[in-house]
Amino acid sequence: MEGLNFIGAGLVVIGVGIGIGQIGGKAMEAIARQPEAYGKIQTAMLIAAALIEGIGFAALFAA
Amino acid sequence: MRRNFLVKILTVLLLLVTVSASAFQEKKHEESGSKKDTKQEIKEFIKHHLKDSHDFGITSYTNDQGEKKHIGLSLPVILWDEGLHVFSSSKFHHETTIAESKGNYYKIYHGLVFKTDSKGTITYDEKHHPTNLKPLDLSITKSVVMIIITALLMFFLFTNLAKSYGKNGGIATGAGRFFEPIILYIRDDIAIPNIGEKNHGKYMSFLLTIFFFIWFLNIFGLTPLGVNVTGNIAITFSLALLTFLITTFTAKKDYWKHIFWMPGVPVPMKIVLAPIELLGVIIKPFSLLIRLYANMQAGHIVLMSLVGLIFVFKSWLGGTMSFFLAFSISLIEVLVALLQAYIFTMLSALYFGFASEEHEHDEAH
Repeated sequence: MEGLNFIGAGLVVIGVGIGIGQIGGKAMEAIARQPEAYGKIQTAMLIAAALIEGIGFAALFAA
Repeated sequence: MRRNFLVKILTVLLLLVTVSASAFQEKKHEESGSKKDTKQEIKEFIKHHLKDSHDFGITSYTNDQGEKKHIGLSLPVILWDEGLHVFSSSKFHHETTIAESKGNYYKIYHGLVFKTDSKGTITYDEKHHPTNLKPLDLSITKSVVMIIITALLMFFLFTNLAKSYGKNGGIATGAGRFFEPIILYIRDDIAIPNIGEKNHGKYMSFLLTIFFFIWFLNIFGLTPLGVNVTGNIAITFSLALLTFLITTFTAKKDYWKHIFWMPGVPVPMKIVLAPIELLGVIIKPFSLLIRLYANMQAGHIVLMSLVGLIFVFKSWLGGTMSFFLAFSISLIEVLVALLQAYIFTMLSALYFGFASEEHEHDEAH
């Protein structure tokens, strides 16, 4: 079945979306709790997002 | 005031030129009365542009007689095939003819040089891959030219910045001024937290080089010159390999102990952990390589597909909307260029920190 490739790619994107969405949401909560730490939280959020996207892209290329 | 205004005008012009130039280049392609389906032509165009090529083609157009005219430089092809063959890639005539050098015949197929006979036969296997012999290809290709240009640019930029400190008593002047806070940021927020005060000096030059190299190459990939350097897996492989080699060869005893014989953990667990940690040693640089490559490649594909979408919608509304979509994605790509360089540098610093860490252990590590 050749279409399975695309289903796999879709699943990867769902996974990445959920992951980065979670991080973003928690980051927002953390900023709301302590607005002075905005810079550090933003840095950490971007790092985590890039790592997740890295896996996502790798899987996307394989699919 | 006047200078500020000029800078704004220049920025707007630069942005407009960047986006429209890539769009206009494709327009000429399409107006030639394509026999192929537009979508097919766009796919081939994208594939061709994402690969490295042996000539620095700026653009190409089809003139009134229906012939394709290319504007650009032909770069030298250097092959090692029991003897050094050097010739200009114009002999290949943009991948259509066979080049002959010292009695050997070569042909380019999809960007790779193959050795053939005088008729130019290429034998394929079942998966439609060529099975001809390949000579060792050391040519100066488009990516190599871009790397050399970036290296020279970085060299002059930073040596001038360094010299300006001496001339001006501790304050930087000139175009390198923009980079001083970035360099300090790399030292204070990437290197020192990860590697520690004591050892960070050793690794700083590598981290700085990697950061600016990847950043400049990514940005060059977004210009209409169409050079996709970091989207080339060989290049990201080399960068990740360098990180791996530096971690391996500057690692202290604690690093190896942590991999093979994790202290503070019962013996059965130590034996289970050793292969996992060993895999981790390989997988960490591998993830660096894949992340950069896939991000850049995917970004370029998306960008070019959106620009190609302008020509699939042959209407005013579709074309304009696709243009703005492509423009916004370009802006995101600029951010991604910086972000990927930052992530690569930060993770490299993290790995160096692991390698050069040394602390006293108690059993409850």
